[in-house]
Amino acid sequence: MSISLPPSLQEDPKTLQPTGWLRYLSFSLDHKVIGLQYLICGFLFYLIGGLLAGAIRIELSSPISDFLSRDVYNQVLTLHGTIMIFLWIVPVVNGAFGNYLIPFYVGARDMAFPRLNAVAFWLIPPAGLMLITSYFINGAAQSGWTAYPPLSITTPAAGQIVWILSVLLLGGSSIFGGINFIATILKLRRPGLKLMQLPMYCWAMLGTSILVVLSTPVLAGTLILLSFDIVAHTGFFNPTLGGNVIVYQHLFWFYSHPAVYIMVLPAFGLVSEILPVHARKPLFGYTTMVYSIMGIVVLGLVVWAHHMFTSGTPPWMRLFFTIATSFIAVPTGIKFFNWVATLWGGRISLNSAILFSCGFIVNFVLGGITGVALAQVPFDVHVHDTYFVVAHFHYIVYGGSVFVIFSSIYHWFPKFTGKMLNENLGKFHFVLTFIGFNLCFAPQHWLGLNGMPRRVAEYDPQFTLVNQISSFGALLMALSTLPFLWNIIYSSFKGKASGDNPWQALTAEWLTSSPPPIENWIGEAPLVKKPYGYGHQEKLQPSSKSINEDENS
Amino acid sequence: MLSPTAIYTILISVAIVIGGIWAEDHLKILPDIASSNAPIYDELFNVLFIIGTILFVGMTALVVYSLINFRRKQGETGDGIAIEDNLPLEILWTAVPAVVVLFVGLYSYDIYERMGGMQLQSHDNSHSHHLMKSDKRIWGGIGSASNEQSSNNLPVIDVELTAMQFAFLFNYPKGEIISGELHVPLGHSISMKMESKDVIHAFWVPEFRLKQDVIPGQPTILNFTPTKAGRYPIICAELCGPYHGGMRSTVVVEEPDDYQAWFEKNAKKTELKL
Amino acid sequence: MTTTASLNQESETSSTSEQEHADHRLFGLISFLVADGMTFAGFFAAYLTFKAVNPLMPDAIYELELPLPTLNTVLLLISSATFHRAGKALDERNTRKCQTWLLLTAGLGIAFLASQMVEYFSLPFGLTDNLYASTFYALTGFHGLHVTLGAIMILIVWWQTRSPDGRITNLNKFPFEAAEIYWHFVDGIWVVLFIILYLL
Ligand code: HEA
Ligand code: HEA
Ligand code: CUA
Ligand SMILES: [Cu+2]
Repeated sequence: MSISLPPSLQEDPKTLQPTGWLRYLSFSLDHKVIGLQYLICGFLFYLIGGLLAGAIRIELSSPISDFLSRDVYNQVLTLHGTIMIFLWIVPVVNGAFGNYLIPFYVGARDMAFPRLNAVAFWLIPPAGLMLITSYFINGAAQSGWTAYPPLSITTPAAGQIVWILSVLLLGGSSIFGGINFIATILKLRRPGLKLMQLPMYCWAMLGTSILVVLSTPVLAGTLILLSFDIVAHTGFFNPTLGGNVIVYQHLFWFYSHPAVYIMVLPAFGLVSEILPVHARKPLFGYTTMVYSIMGIVVLGLVVWAHHMFTSGTPPWMRLFFTIATSFIAVPTGIKFFNWVATLWGGRISLNSAILFSCGFIVNFVLGGITGVALAQVPFDVHVHDTYFVVAHFHYIVYGGSVFVIFSSIYHWFPKFTGKMLNENLGKFHFVLTFIGFNLCFAPQHWLGLNGMPRRVAEYDPQFTLVNQISSFGALLMALSTLPFLWNIIYSSFKGKASGDNPWQALTAEWLTSSPPPIENWIGEAPLVKKPYGYGHQEKLQPSSKSINEDENS
Repeated sequence: MLSPTAIYTILISVAIVIGGIWAEDHLKILPDIASSNAPIYDELFNVLFIIGTILFVGMTALVVYSLINFRRKQGETGDGIAIEDNLPLEILWTAVPAVVVLFVGLYSYDIYERMGGMQLQSHDNSHSHHLMKSDKRIWGGIGSASNEQSSNNLPVIDVELTAMQFAFLFNYPKGEIISGELHVPLGHSISMKMESKDVIHAFWVPEFRLKQDVIPGQPTILNFTPTKAGRYPIICAELCGPYHGGMRSTVVVEEPDDYQAWFEKNAKKTELKL
Repeated sequence: MTTTASLNQESETSSTSEQEHADHRLFGLISFLVADGMTFAGFFAAYLTFKAVNPLMPDAIYELELPLPTLNTVLLLISSATFHRAGKALDERNTRKCQTWLLLTAGLGIAFLASQMVEYFSLPFGLTDNLYASTFYALTGFHGLHVTLGAIMILIVWWQTRSPDGRITNLNKFPFEAAEIYWHFVDGIWVVLFIILYLL
């Protein structure tokens, strides 16, 4: 419980930091270095998680368990889910972009607690390595990423305990990060900058961090109880000792439903930054966007039991959770319509960043619609725990968050490195990913509706063809990472120089050199009161002082 | 003359419509209908499917149209128009989804009611020989039948399901039959009390559109009325260990006479009739 | 369009970049305590549900005596007050008095822990006896862990206030305040715990 920080932070910590590429392996306190550490580390884990997904899809291209044995399959799928969520999406959409961008947006030179920030990052690699090595030593956890007891109590204990430990570390990292974001956004704002002038990503991160701080500790507590059940043979969740397995599910989903918004709200924020720049238009409906984020936060905390419609919950409870869940479509819908309105009438540069963002909109709408369908109890009792659910959430986590991550990399790569990415490779990457993704996951809706349960290594032969189509799509997705990786590596060294602000963007991170200097700005931090003030070019002649003037004075 | 964009739009729409009609005839979207709540389910499915398709196609069309129509043309400079918001529009797209969602919610409540989801669950306990602790709760499942009101006044069949790694066992208390397959007579309501011996399993028959977790330490109930004779798979839908994928059984829905014959052949006490 | 970006800034004299103001740290601490409180909330919710849904096994022994925990409650409440007094003394730059009150607070915390131990050993049930027993020990144990940490923190603060110009003074009292807020938090949790576990 690190509650107090050493008070010795007055001396400039950065002078002691290594420079050059080595600093990415060091305990750096620079928010930009930490952000990139999160990004690179997360991406490596993504490749591992994707490799595991590849193993899943290879196994599922035939109806019998041949490529992986049954318990290895369960380990692989548990690792896949855990890695993708806790080591890829959550750290990247929060940690990576949050650390890199938030200090710029609030006009600060670093995060509120740089040291805590570095600690939060450095909890991740050991947790991830621990999780992965457990597979090679005693076998990894094999009860799914949800780890429902009593299965998680009765499967081999070693793997499950390692899983719990590493999720606890990752949860801790996420809580520290959340506290840091809240403090930075609320407390470190540059004087003169009002809350309602912040770029949307700040609001998204504020909402997300509130969810992190309120819900992650509940997961931590739950997992501690679960580990007692495994190690000390208590009976919290063990029915043979009088425990109650449903209580675990409530506690788990109290965290893990908000966790899905922890994975997607920051992505919403990132899209809100990217679209206006490339469409050359102000973000449409700023105020309603802010309220809808807060609406999602509030609603997100009270819908968890929609994952438990078949767990024997009482009827009134199911009904309440159906209604609450369905209503999340309203604030979410506002955001989507506002994005379309942002595009409408713009001067859209059709580059990779905007393509991935628009791909996100399309995919997420489909995932959201299946989500609203799943929220209806009578609908869910048929498709719960089937491939329909798998399709739903991959449309959201991959089609949503991962698409946004790619979009953001295309958008901010010049900021990170001062080099441009190759656009043709980027578009090729987009087309291949988009086709592969839809080929992989769209057919899974049908599989679920027609009787294929999830988490199985063997299935009814009637589903073979459709599964093979899905596996082929996964192959395309795997191939699509190659042009991307090549693009990143090649452009980092040989890419065209981008200049400081290749997109002519107005948000604060672009108003400094690319890559930025150590303390973000040489001299004063700029006061950006209108981060989305596009479309004012006539008024922006050098004589008229600034577009920021005529705003809420 | 039509612009190329318009031609593409028309061509694509036509392709979608034709594709949709083809798919309607050649792909079956849902499995067979074999229980009394399956048609109700399909009704809900169709409504959701239509709303979903309209929304999805509409949003996609808007995005694609914007990308094509508002793309920056060669040599163009300058920004888009500086519209920052539009209150009436924003109210519109808050209100419309709210109404849609409200409608979906109420409609699915109605469906739920018709499926019997709001009924208080109870299981005929007169024969409870494996002595449940009286205060132990029975948790509700969903199902279109309850003990008293079988839709067509046929007697309700009580079955007890015990799930374990990795099998389902069905017990017919009236005839003391223990079977690995579930036999049920067409048109009768079935009331099934379920409990697990080890971990959580789930009882799922896609053709019935019903699923209920089978939980250790907490009995659950599932009521249903089969409406079409045939053999359908029973699938375990909750991860329960390595052989979860192989944990399957069959439900045999048969004409009441055939069921009677099967029952009598296997029952210990033949004098008990349906 | 090319000039847009450079014009969107405005220089205004400001001083933003001093890091880690004490009030930021207090803010961070409070956020952390909210998170910590949620862990307890999860445990409480589990306990209450277990109690409502899972009746005790017929042969289970489960009896809690009130005197000792009541004494514990009193000990902790007094310790909150003594910590407060220490703060006042610090403000008056009366280091001696401040240290005395601090030691007293730590002593009360340790007395609490000792009395809790006595209770543990006199209870007729062990950790794994039944669901109640497990939840009881989990909740009180988790809280006890917090008290232990708090007592250690108080001792560190006490050490740091030793001389009039020590690391903690009335002008630089963030560690002191942090420990105090944390200690009040731990007390508050105990009161809730006492009501839910012993009185309900
Ligand atoms: C980032 C992740 C993410 C996000 C954002 C969501 C968003 C939503 N999810 Fe999803 N969900 C998951 C990840 C996510 N989900 C995961 C991982 C699981 C499986 C967990 C497991 O079991 O392993 C899951 C499972 C899951 C279930 C349980 C299924 C089951 O196991 O039986 C349900 C049920 O209600 C559900 C519902 C929803 C809803 C209603 C939304 C809504 O937020 C969606 C809202 C968005 C829209 C609706 C689209 C945009 C809106 C408009 C264009 C306006 C107009 C729309 C209408 C009028 C409908 N999800
Ligand atoms: C959160 C993010 C996330 C992401 C990004 C993904 C990405 C992918 N997932 Fe994910 N998945 C989950 C989260 C995620 N998944 C979760 C939470 C579960 C539930 C787990 C559970 O039930 O407990 C799950 C479960 C799950 C299943 C169901 C397993 C089952 O229930 O039996 C399947 C099956 O198709 C699947 C497939 C894929 C595929 C093909 C990708 C692809 O998009 C991946 C594409 C990426 C690559 C392929 C990597 C890059 C390429 C290389 C490294 C080259 C080498 C690759 C090959 C040789 C193939 N996933
Ligand atoms: Cu039994 Cu899965
Ligand atoms: Cu959810």
